[in-house]
Amino acid sequence: MSRKAYLRPMEGWWRRDPFFVRYMVREATAVAVLVYTIVLTVGVVRLSQGEAAWNGWLQAMRSPGSLVLHAVLLVSMFVHAKSWFEIMPKTMPMIVIGGKRLAASTITRSGWAAAVVASIVLLSLAGWWRP
Amino acid sequence: MAAVKRSNAPIFWLLFGAGGMLSALLGTALVFITGLAVPLGWPLPADLLGYPRVLAFAQHWVGKGFLFIVIALFAWHAMHRILHSLHDIGVHNGALAKLVCYGGAALITVVAAAGLLSIGF
Repeated sequence: MSRKAYLRPMEGWWRRDPFFVRYMVREATAVAVLVYTIVLTVGVVRLSQGEAAWNGWLQAMRSPGSLVLHAVLLVSMFVHAKSWFEIMPKTMPMIVIGGKRLAASTITRSGWAAAVVASIVLLSLAGWWRP
Repeated sequence: MAAVKRSNAPIFWLLFGAGGMLSALLGTALVFITGLAVPLGWPLPADLLGYPRVLAFAQHWVGKGFLFIVIALFAWHAMHRILHSLHDIGVHNGALAKLVCYGGAALITVVAAAGLLSIGF
């Protein structure tokens, strides 16, 4: 007599534990990065097609749908940055200073500080740069 | 002696890491500038991304390089991460998934490069 092998159902597995939910949210930020990359790529293509095409892209960026999308992308990018530096102590090589291992919280906070500085520099350059 | 078959995985992980770091550092500010602040005209001026200004930026080697690196690394980061998450949502990440994900990243890279090159210097 043959029986069907038991297969543990895996449907919705990640909803069982808050840790798994955080993991899936973190992985899902890749979709936001991809969507934003496509938006930028379309922008580059439209820019190469001349002023009218570029203005069309700008017009599309002002549509309510685009604004809602970018609000979602903004939150996703922030979650990505936050989680990227939270897992950085586990993904980077161990750093030993003065015989003591550099604390995970120090690495994470350094990453966040670097992101804040990079954002301020980028916003300043965008505002001040003149062709 | 037969040549040692080396894995190509480190290349994709390197691109994933570089793109992840760059998007963690700049992604939020970039989305804010191009997707919200400039379209709304607040708190940045709406003409910040006006045609002459953006064209000059994309023609300068610094701007061209910046746009290419951002687009290419973001694309490889996102596609690599999506590929490795497919298993978690019950999709087998075999040769087809690899082809679609890395092929998509390669396509975005080529389209961006072609666009930036045709803008000229």
